[in-house]
Amino acid sequence: MTDLTTLANSCSLVELGARQRAQALLDTGTFRELLDPFQRVMSPWLARQGVVPQADDGVVIAKGLLNGLPVVIAAIEGAFQGGSLGEVGGAKMAGALELAAEDNRNGVPTRAVLLLETGGVRLQEANLGLAAIADIHAAIVDLQQYQPVVGVVAGSVGCFGGMSIAAGLCSYLVVTREARLGLNGPQVIEQEAGLEEYDSRDRPFIWSLTGGEQRFASGLADRYVADDVVQIQQHISELLQQGLPARRRSQQAALFLHRLAQLDTEPQIEPATVRDLYRGERS
Amino acid sequence: MSSYSLRGLHWFQALSAGAKMLEGLPPSLRVADAELGGKAARFIAVVADPHNRFPRARNGEVGLLEGWGLASAVDELIAADQDKPCKRAVIAIVDVPSQAYGRREEALGIHQALAGAADSYARARLAGHAVIGLLVGKAMSGAFLAHGYQANRLIALRDPGVMVHAMGKASAARVTLRSVEELETLAASVPPMAYDIDSYASLGLLWETLSVEQIERPTANDVARVTECLGLAVADVAGGIRDLSSRLGATNREASSKVRQLLRAQW
Amino acid sequence: METLSFEFPAGQPPRGRTLVGCVGSGDLEVLIEPGQAGKLTIAVQTSVNGSEQRWQHLFARMFEGQAYPAMAIEIHDFGATPGVVRLRLEQGFEEIGHD
Repeated sequence: MTDLTTLANSCSLVELGARQRAQALLDTGTFRELLDPFQRVMSPWLARQGVVPQADDGVVIAKGLLNGLPVVIAAIEGAFQGGSLGEVGGAKMAGALELAAEDNRNGVPTRAVLLLETGGVRLQEANLGLAAIADIHAAIVDLQQYQPVVGVVAGSVGCFGGMSIAAGLCSYLVVTREARLGLNGPQVIEQEAGLEEYDSRDRPFIWSLTGGEQRFASGLADRYVADDVVQIQQHISELLQQGLPARRRSQQAALFLHRLAQLDTEPQIEPATVRDLYRGERS
Repeated sequence: MSSYSLRGLHWFQALSAGAKMLEGLPPSLRVADAELGGKAARFIAVVADPHNRFPRARNGEVGLLEGWGLASAVDELIAADQDKPCKRAVIAIVDVPSQAYGRREEALGIHQALAGAADSYARARLAGHAVIGLLVGKAMSGAFLAHGYQANRLIALRDPGVMVHAMGKASAARVTLRSVEELETLAASVPPMAYDIDSYASLGLLWETLSVEQIERPTANDVARVTECLGLAVADVAGGIRDLSSRLGATNREASSKVRQLLRAQW
Repeated sequence: METLSFEFPAGQPPRGRTLVGCVGSGDLEVLIEPGQAGKLTIAVQTSVNGSEQRWQHLFARMFEGQAYPAMAIEIHDFGATPGVVRLRLEQGFEEIGHD
């Protein structure tokens, strides 16, 4: 379905769409898409609001091998509606993770890789997007009873909203310099809290707080990788082979509460403060 | 009238009357083990703390301390009941206006703190604890994902002040490039976009809705009614499936079921 | 949003099917599948209202008097320029040819 010569010559993952990203990361010839776009399972909510739908609703689910390991990849298309999750796309991701967990209960060691380029809930499907994201959270935790879930935020949309929580639930998180990771989008924070608190137009400021490099340096991501297909695939493969971490980041409440207790919250915060506070005891 | 909601606090106090509070948690959390239908259950509420060390989380928002604090309160329960055949139920009393929006929050990884809370609630459910979400006020977006949305069963009180949504109206209008009026018109015809609890109920996500006499300050009747309903919810969960599949099946959420059926057939 | 449909005479159906593009800003998604022998059909969903004439001209220039295979083409358009539409269609035809 894809122009293979373009794929072979491209090293950047960020420049690829969701389907090509999944194809690029899986071992050659092993990519098998589920609920492919020709099945046209599209959003039942967008067209009635006058919004053009996409045939795959912006989420690609593919099974295959990654360096020989059985995986299911769920990739979000950041270019479609800002990578927002609606009912169908959300159910595709949740359902795939649920089936991966079921595989493991039946003795098949399916792992999951999530390619996250998303603003979070699709507001045109609001509560169904939110419910789907809760299902995704549930399924990520369930699957990690058996196998790791690797999240990848490559860029260029970044990972926000309820899906940033999904990123926080993963066994491991891989980021590039192009990645941004945060709960709230800059414009919403500025609107809620004011310009002085958060200037959404000050790009260097936003990157210094939520960019991939800062997240890695603060221990909120596990790998900081160049935007290169081969290198990203290599890191995912290593992490999958490591198996489950002793304690994933979202299981370290005591450690984070201890760190936060040491912070002077009076002055406004600087990126270096976060690095100092969180570095040291790297998880 | 205070600038923040007191519903969560009042319902917590009413439902856990006389019980000893769990200590060592941030002041914005109320956690106590009280009796529910003859068994112990853990009641958890996020309440406004006007002196919160984090200034953007002083009105009951779920912020860094709240996310990690919730995780810690639930983790403690999972550990304590680990070897017990009968696991205590967890009742999340939900009255959360939003997640905290601020520079400190983003910088320090509020997404990770909320992941901590969601993770603990989900693990409690998987470990066999009945987790019940009781919606007495707002249940907004990331705040609800962290506190309540991982429950086996969701119960909402019928009241205009009880609402579930992904984003407040003003912000949602701006992000979708609509006026608030346009948004409201649309919401009236698109159930997942609506802010009222009946539209939300039509999505099949609620196990029960209940009317009460005084939602702001529950009466003895209200407490008896809600306690009974919570007990039934806990009994309904007992020994059953531990995932969230009981939320599927409503006509207004048909695609969620269809996608799962097709995925399974093609897996 | 508008839903439009077009039809042109065509040859035999191709064997393959393909998808190119994405419903992103200024772009479009094109799904091409084998159609009914003798017919090339195009169904367009576009975010741009009042654009039927523009699509008609574009397709007429591309397909009239040409011997294209019988394809069922579905387009989800998010404000692509005629140049981008043509580029995506040609990309799709090339992939159909390769498959």
